[in-house]
Parts: sequence; C-alpha cells; structure tokens
Amino acid sequence: MRSGLLRAGVVMGFFLVVLAIVGPTLAPFDPTAPVSPHLAEPTSPGAPFYLGTDDLGRDVLSRLLYGARISLLVGLVAMVVTMAIGTTIGLAAGYFGGVVDTVLMRFTDVMLAFPGLLLAVALVAVMRPSVWTIFIVIGLVSWTGVARVVRSEALSLRERDFVIAARAMGATHGRIVFRHILPNVVPTLIVIAALSTSGTILLDAGLSFLGIGVPPPTPTWGRMIQEASTYYRVAPWLMAFPGLAVLYAVLAFNLIAYGLTGEGRGVR
Amino acid sequence: MRYLAQRLAWAAVILLGTTAITFAILFVVPGDPARVVAGPRADAATLATIRHELGLDRSLPVQYGQYLWRLSHGDLGRSYATRQPVATTLVRRLPATAALASAGLAIAVLIGLVGALVTAPLAGTWLDRAILVASLALLSAPVFWLGMMGLYWIGFRWRLVPLGGAGSLRHLILPALVLGLGTGVYYARLLHTNLQEVLALDYIRAARARGVAPLRLVGVHALRNAGLPLLTVIGLDFASLMNGVVLTETVFHWPGLGRLAFDAVLALDVPMIMGTVLLSAGLVVVTNLAVDVLYRLVDPRIRLE
Repeated sequence: MRSGLLRAGVVMGFFLVVLAIVGPTLAPFDPTAPVSPHLAEPTSPGAPFYLGTDDLGRDVLSRLLYGARISLLVGLVAMVVTMAIGTTIGLAAGYFGGVVDTVLMRFTDVMLAFPGLLLAVALVAVMRPSVWTIFIVIGLVSWTGVARVVRSEALSLRERDFVIAARAMGATHGRIVFRHILPNVVPTLIVIAALSTSGTILLDAGLSFLGIGVPPPTPTWGRMIQEASTYYRVAPWLMAFPGLAVLYAVLAFNLIAYGLTGEGRGVR
Repeated sequence: MRYLAQRLAWAAVILLGTTAITFAILFVVPGDPARVVAGPRADAATLATIRHELGLDRSLPVQYGQYLWRLSHGDLGRSYATRQPVATTLVRRLPATAALASAGLAIAVLIGLVGALVTAPLAGTWLDRAILVASLALLSAPVFWLGMMGLYWIGFRWRLVPLGGAGSLRHLILPALVLGLGTGVYYARLLHTNLQEVLALDYIRAARARGVAPLRLVGVHALRNAGLPLLTVIGLDFASLMNGVVLTETVFHWPGLGRLAFDAVLALDVPMIMGTVLLSAGLVVVTNLAVDVLYRLVDPRIRLE
C-alpha cells in the first residue's frame, strides 16, 4: 500500500515538474496582460478562458501555468537551503558533541520557540523583496526540524565501529564526516527532503497570501489566492483553482514522504 | 522540583534568546522607525527629537540593555504607532487569540481521537486507504485557502456562520475548525498508526481474552498507551499552530495577536514586535514545559530528571 502511495506521489511530482518546464509554452495567454474584454470584473470559466479571468482581466489558466514554475522553484530551492543549513548544523552538533552540541541545540531550541511565519515576515522586511530573499528566508526559518533529525542520526553513527576504526587510522574530522557519516544519513535526508518540500511550498504560499512573497508581476499561486480573496463571494473560482494547485503540489511530496516512511506533513 | 527549576531557567534563557535575535534583525532593517512615527512630511529636527525620545540615537547594545532593564521591571514599552503601552494592547488582544487557539486545538484533538477510534477497526481495508489519501490531501491544503473556501460555502452560500469578525460563539466556529482541521487529521493518522502497534501487544490480547468489550479495549486500554506520543507532538506542534493563527486571523479578520504582530512588523513598530514575539515564544515554551511535565505524570515510567 505504501509503495502504491509512493508511486502516486512520484507520478504526480513528475507531472508537476514537466508542467513547470513546459507550462509557459502551453499557456494560451500572457499571464500579466489584461486579455479579457471585461477588464474591471472577473469573468467565470468558459472558452476561451477555461478557468475564467481575474479582476484585472488576466487569464487564470495562464497565470496558473506560469505560477507552477515559480512556485515549484521556490519550494525546491528553499528546500535545498533548508537542508543545507539543517544538515550542517545537525552534523556538527551530532558528530562533535559536547559544547558544540549544547550550543547548537540550544540555538535550535530558541529558533523553535519563534513563530516561524512572523520571523519570516520580519526577515523579508529586512532584506530586499525578491525571489532570492524568499529562498533564503524560508530556509532560515525551516531548518530546525532537519537539524534535529540529522543530529540524532549523527550521534548514533559516530559511535559505530567503522567510524571508530576510521578515527583510529587517523582520518581527519572532515573525512569522517563526509565519507563515513554523511553517506549513511542520505536515506534519511531523502525522506526529509520530500517532507520539507511540502513545508516550503506551503510556507511560500502563506507568505504570498500575506502579501510579502515573490513580488509581482510574477504570478505565484499564493498571491493569486490573496488577490482573489477580495472577490471570493462573486468569483470563488479565482481562489479555488490556485488553492487546488498548491494542494496538488504539496500532496505530491507528502505522498512521496508517506510512501517512504509512513509519515506525512512537514518536519519539526 | 529540581527538574522544574532547571526547565524554568532554561525557558527564561530561550525567551532571552528570542529577544536578542529579534533585536538583531530589527536593527538591520533599512527603514527608520522614527520616520514611521513622525510621518512622511516631518522635518529633520522633528525626526531627531523623536529619535532621541525613542532612544534610537544610542548604540544597539545600549538600546538592547535598556530594553532588557525595562523588561525586568515588567515594562514592555510603548507602541511607536499608537503610543499605547504594549502590555495593555497585548492583554486586550490575548483573549481572542487564546479562544481561537484553544478551540482550534480542542477541535484537533477531538478529530484526532474520534478519527483514530473510528478508523482503528478499518485498518487494512480499502476504506482505510481512501481515508488515508483524503487525510493527506487535507493536510496538503493551505490553511488560509481552507478558510476562504469555508467562508464561501459555509458562511456565504449556506449562511451558517458570520463572514468574519469576532464576538460570539458562532464567529468562532469556522476559524477554529479551519485551524484545527489539518492538525486534527494529522493527529488521527498518528494515533491510528500507534493504535495498530499497541493493539498487537500481549496485554491487549490478554484483555481481549478476559472478555473486555471491543470499544473499551480500544478506547481505554489501547488508547492510554497509544496516546502518549501524541502529547509530545501537540507540544511540538504548538509553534506551527501559531503560524496557522496568523493566517487564520487574517482570513477571518479575527482581532487577535497574530494580526497584531503581523501589522507591527509591517509598520516597524519595534516595541510591539518585541512584545508579540516574546508573548508567542512564551506561549510555546510554556506549552512545551506543560506537555513535558504532563507526560511524566501520565507515564510514571519516565522519571523527572
């Protein structure tokens, strides 16, 4: 049953990646240009605007397709940043132990007590709003869970015979960490990567919804929901479709994670 | 007792850490709080006066030291934007958020318990699989989107609840449901998995052999052990619940702390930001402490060390 879910997740994820790559060429209209004859009001779905148009007369389907690229990109790059920070801190704390471990894990505890979303908002305010800012900010607020998992793995690995043998043969710390410990953490890292991608996509959507995500005119799914929220009574489709798109993307990664371990939902 | 004292001391250190990090972040903000207070048309002299009044002309360590000094006397300062004491505003906004968060958590735990007990006998069937996929889908939906969809269907189309705002129990239902739904589904899944493991243990088979009724067997005998890990998760989850609170409060125009904090960050209202961060970090720390102590009370196998 789990392998079935894993397969479903991989297929969904593959389809998403393909869509992100070829999406813009499939888009029937310019996502940022007013193309509907009714400029001041949203129009309901119907040819040639299959998912309707928004209040500025832009085609929802085209915006969704363009949004796939940026939303997936933010999710994946932010995941890499998250993993890089979390793995580094987790490995250092778990491998060196002692004072290093205490200091790093106490710092992690402090970061865990922060309301992540508010920290992200504050960090976005500090940095210039851009896609790069979003990558870094999401990474900076979501690494704690990764660090904790990697630390506990490294902590048990460093007591294993092959590590002790390597140390006895005079291997440097760097060599032990990168050649002996890290390769053994990789299976865990793959699972965490899937889990944290679903987390980063949701966080990105949340930031966009609060109006501080990837700056316009780039169409992102979160921003589409935010812009649609003013019209939710007259044009519910405006928010329904981008929301379903986020759900689809997050579900793909949650299915992969669940298929691998039996656990879905972000890392903590 | 010694354990509790240690934990309390550590909680204080964590809170101190959050103030230091927040201060450090706010210091590098390119905006000028004095400009925010004075308004866009203020002249240089006014700006300088305000900067002096707010203590912004001193060095960062001095400012931070002064903040901590006042904090140790229970003074959180005054909001730059409204000139009101931060503490008063926090106290005024806290009940709304406390109501939302606790109702959300209660709904989550309720969904978790009921969901796990209902799905426990279904383990391995196609229905169980369908419920699993549906729960994963629900978990994957952005909370603010669920809120908007709920507003449209339950509030606007069916007219069952008001379209945002606070004031009565009817105002609370939808936001709390939205906040608790995803978490509850997650709890149900977690508890379901734990129950399957526990139900295979010897003491359950012994109880069954003694003729304990199935509902009592699962609901009391098994649940007591399967529920323990859930307690830890609830504690760990509290911080992410606060994230959900910010988004839910935005969707439903709920006059709570989350919205207050968000607006404070956008307005560069430093004392208000510090106050809200401190309060929410405090809530997280206290919840974790409570969960830890509770865990050890519920399960005597764990010593308070």
